[in-house]
Amino acid sequence: MYTWLPEDKFGRHQLNRRALVLGIAQGTIFSVIIGRLRYLQVTESEKLAGLADLNRINLRVIIPERGLIYDRNGTLLAENQKLFRIILVQEETNDPNLTIDQLGQILPLTPKQKLAALEKIHDSRQDVPVVIVEEASWEQIARVSANAPALPGVRAEVGERRHYPMGSNAVHVIGYVGKVSSEDLVTPKVRDPLLQVPDFRVGRSGIEKSLDHALRGRAGNQRIEVNAYGRVMRELGSIGAQHGTNQQLTIDSSQQQFAMARLGDHRASAVVMNIKTGDVISLASTPAFDPNPFVSGITQVEFDQIRNDQGKPMFNRSIQGTYPPGSTFKMITALAALEEGLIAPDEEVNCQGSIDISGRNFHCWKFGGHGNIDLHSSLRESCDVYYYNLAERVPLEKLAAVARRFGLGVRPELPMAGIEKGYFPTRESKLEIHNRPWSIGDMLNTSIGQGDVLATALQLTIMTARLASGLNVQPRLVLSENGKQASFRPFSSIGISESSLELVRNGMNAAVNHVTGTAFRSRTADESFLIAGKTGTSQVRTISQRERETGLISNEDLPLNQRDHALFCCYAPIGDPVFATAVIVENGGTGSIVAAPIARDLLMRAHYGGVPSLRMYPPEERDEVKRIFLNLNLPLSPKITPQENRPTVSLKA
Amino acid sequence: MNTSLISDSVNPRLAQKISNFSWPLLALVAILSGIGVLALYSVAGGAMEPWALTQFYRLCAGFSLMLVVALIPLRFWYFCVVPIFFFAIILLALSLIYGVSVKGAQRWLEFGPLRIQPSEMVKLALVMALAAYYQNLDNKNISRLLYVMIPALIVAVPSLLVAMQPDLGTAILIVTGGSIMMFLSGIHLAYFGALLVILVISLALIFISRGTSWQMLSDYQFNRVDTFLNPSIDPFGTGYHITQSKIAIGSGGLEGRGFLQGTQSQLNFLPEKHTDFVFTTLAEEFGLIWCVILLGFYAAIIFYCTMSALRSNNRFGSLLALGVGSTLFLNVAANVAMISGLIPVVGVPLPLISYGGSSLMVIMFGFGLVQCVNVHSRKG
Repeated sequence: MYTWLPEDKFGRHQLNRRALVLGIAQGTIFSVIIGRLRYLQVTESEKLAGLADLNRINLRVIIPERGLIYDRNGTLLAENQKLFRIILVQEETNDPNLTIDQLGQILPLTPKQKLAALEKIHDSRQDVPVVIVEEASWEQIARVSANAPALPGVRAEVGERRHYPMGSNAVHVIGYVGKVSSEDLVTPKVRDPLLQVPDFRVGRSGIEKSLDHALRGRAGNQRIEVNAYGRVMRELGSIGAQHGTNQQLTIDSSQQQFAMARLGDHRASAVVMNIKTGDVISLASTPAFDPNPFVSGITQVEFDQIRNDQGKPMFNRSIQGTYPPGSTFKMITALAALEEGLIAPDEEVNCQGSIDISGRNFHCWKFGGHGNIDLHSSLRESCDVYYYNLAERVPLEKLAAVARRFGLGVRPELPMAGIEKGYFPTRESKLEIHNRPWSIGDMLNTSIGQGDVLATALQLTIMTARLASGLNVQPRLVLSENGKQASFRPFSSIGISESSLELVRNGMNAAVNHVTGTAFRSRTADESFLIAGKTGTSQVRTISQRERETGLISNEDLPLNQRDHALFCCYAPIGDPVFATAVIVENGGTGSIVAAPIARDLLMRAHYGGVPSLRMYPPEERDEVKRIFLNLNLPLSPKITPQENRPTVSLKA
Repeated sequence: MNTSLISDSVNPRLAQKISNFSWPLLALVAILSGIGVLALYSVAGGAMEPWALTQFYRLCAGFSLMLVVALIPLRFWYFCVVPIFFFAIILLALSLIYGVSVKGAQRWLEFGPLRIQPSEMVKLALVMALAAYYQNLDNKNISRLLYVMIPALIVAVPSLLVAMQPDLGTAILIVTGGSIMMFLSGIHLAYFGALLVILVISLALIFISRGTSWQMLSDYQFNRVDTFLNPSIDPFGTGYHITQSKIAIGSGGLEGRGFLQGTQSQLNFLPEKHTDFVFTTLAEEFGLIWCVILLGFYAAIIFYCTMSALRSNNRFGSLLALGVGSTLFLNVAANVAMISGLIPVVGVPLPLISYGGSSLMVIMFGFGLVQCVNVHSRKG
């Protein structure tokens, strides 16, 4: 036997010792490691197991479809348009920059769009698809499909976007949807997961806002197990989304369109209501704006243009614009006096053009005065002095109580955001706001709807409907929800004696249909559809004594914002009133000239179910009506007769 | 020493050689290899493809290699030390020039379909070189400066090459492995004191260099240290590995989630789950009890390596067996400490279990040498 490796004699003991030291060191280190494993697997185990579950279980929100909005005839007012989007699923592409570059050449994308896309990719998580093109054309979709192999992770997807077919014509009723704001995230009591979804839209105004909860529906969710790349491995369970409910409104889209067209370039508002049901058939406010750009995200330039417009198109005058009702308030004063027995219908008051009360001179609008005037003629000719007389007799509290019954100073209950309740003064408020005690002068101003009294077109419409019916008419805007008719409670009596109401109605009748009436030119020639109404011209400025002496400055010579507001409220037909309306033309001038013809046309349109035929107008007015209609590009339809069209007007509800 | 050159070291017959095998060691290696195949089967979602089957074939090759190495006389390996060492150094140098880059470090050499990791080979080549060096060194000279500088150089060359890849973790392991060999050979402890001082100073220098023009580590290496100190800085970046790995280990609990039931590994939340992080899968699916048993197996292997060393009548054999054992220890300890968040992330596979041919073949070669020491031991 031989060997090449000599036996180790000298270092043996030392080697054994050091091997022992090494062994002990190794054992110690292993113990530390086991201690660490024990810490992770026993002490921290529960927490870490929870984190493992958080890793793998994703809650995916299922987005419900937003409820549609129809008009009373089933015409769509708000719909969900399908649109194709181009998205990028990040985990499916190795190099997003390269993919975007290639996509940019194929679509093509502008450098700015590319930059925006890359920023979005950078900001979002791997498993969240990024929308590259919000609204892709068919050609773009085709190009993406044809080049699919070169575009890993790029896909075309069907999305939804709210669209308003009526555009600016119904925006003040329907409103619009927009991006979720930080306020939306704070206010609700229950946090809606939908609000966290990128690109989700919520109602920002109008019906869209007030009925947002119903229209939005309820989010569903899907519990899914995902792998580290976010790819779905399996579904662990799901709850389906509850689609938003469809809303059918009382609005008649063609009536609405007509009303918007008829108001034309005026800054005006007009509400048409069915007296029997309270259905709001049209609710117009001009100027308006197209809500559709707001849905996809309006540019700052466009938004500033709308916001800075002198006509304030975003301001919904019909429910938010409050104006002194002027002479249209006289019915209320008359009723208060009649109900309290403070005046007999045939008691005459002599109008000399002005009246002196406690040293102040109060003027009638008619310079020379009306002479002897009773209740009937006071409404017919809108004599102010007659009402100054009543004002001296009727206590403020009694007047306020009657005004309240007719909805003045009361917020109308409609599912719309931002409805104003107008204003009716009290002794306390006078002191509070003007720091002066209530005076007889205030009472006089109030009696003719001036001073502090303020009302919206909607309120005046409600007032007129209640006058016409003697019932506590309540407006409504929703006809049915998901096909289920909204409940309808018959209106209770307003609590004013029929005889008083009839006296006032006769006065309103005469104001339109008597040759001396203030709105005689706005009557109809249809015996079965006669209008009763009341003009109003509310002063914006105070007319000084000196001006009265030197002669009043005519409206045309005043700056726009100092001109009078033109008002007219009316109902028709006389005898069995169906429709009521109030028209307010802001700084429009005289009510009888500016507002009354509009109100007449609106009622006739509602009654005939189409643009009224010229034959229904008094012969001497037809040329003027024709001129207006042609000016407004409204079709003249001589064929339409009331007989043919009446069935279509009949109400569904 | 001349007289002792012809002494009792043996070259027995084949049958005797086989009977001299350390059978417990062989069994332990086989058990751990089996666990490795099982783990790879699990991380593939319960499939032999793509890793478990390949690993099994490699194991067959590895066991054959081990047997062949064990039966060849120890003196042959003694003579092979120099060529093996230089071969490993050359491969390492080549990997720096032609290497395939993986995560910023050039660790791989490609020969057609074969991909090898020279840094794994170097670990063992170094152990062999140092064992051979001390075999020849007179005891009196062991602690003399010149004779300490030579092995220090033998350690420094490969570790510097590895550090240049740059793979700091492996370089540190190589230096540690070399130091253990020198410690075992019996050099004066003062040298280790000096080493410690140098270490502290260089560590300080490295961290001072951060952000300066003479920065000594790559940014990714600094990042790893940062993430180690605070994994939550970047949970989806460098901290992701550590965070996910700790979640996997912790969610295993005492008894584990069950074979193939680990959500962290089955759903791909674990990075490198078949290579460096394979232990996390075992920890998640089998729990603490089996983790301790697994580490026990490793400890037992190290114990039998030490026993083999004590049986050897020559210093080459003793140091070789101890060197293989401590190499195994260093790899296991570094790997498990890394994945459990005790030390920063280093690219160290778990011996016998991680998927990868280089490390498996090298460790099998090492066990072959340990068996060789047993077989050719006088006391056998």
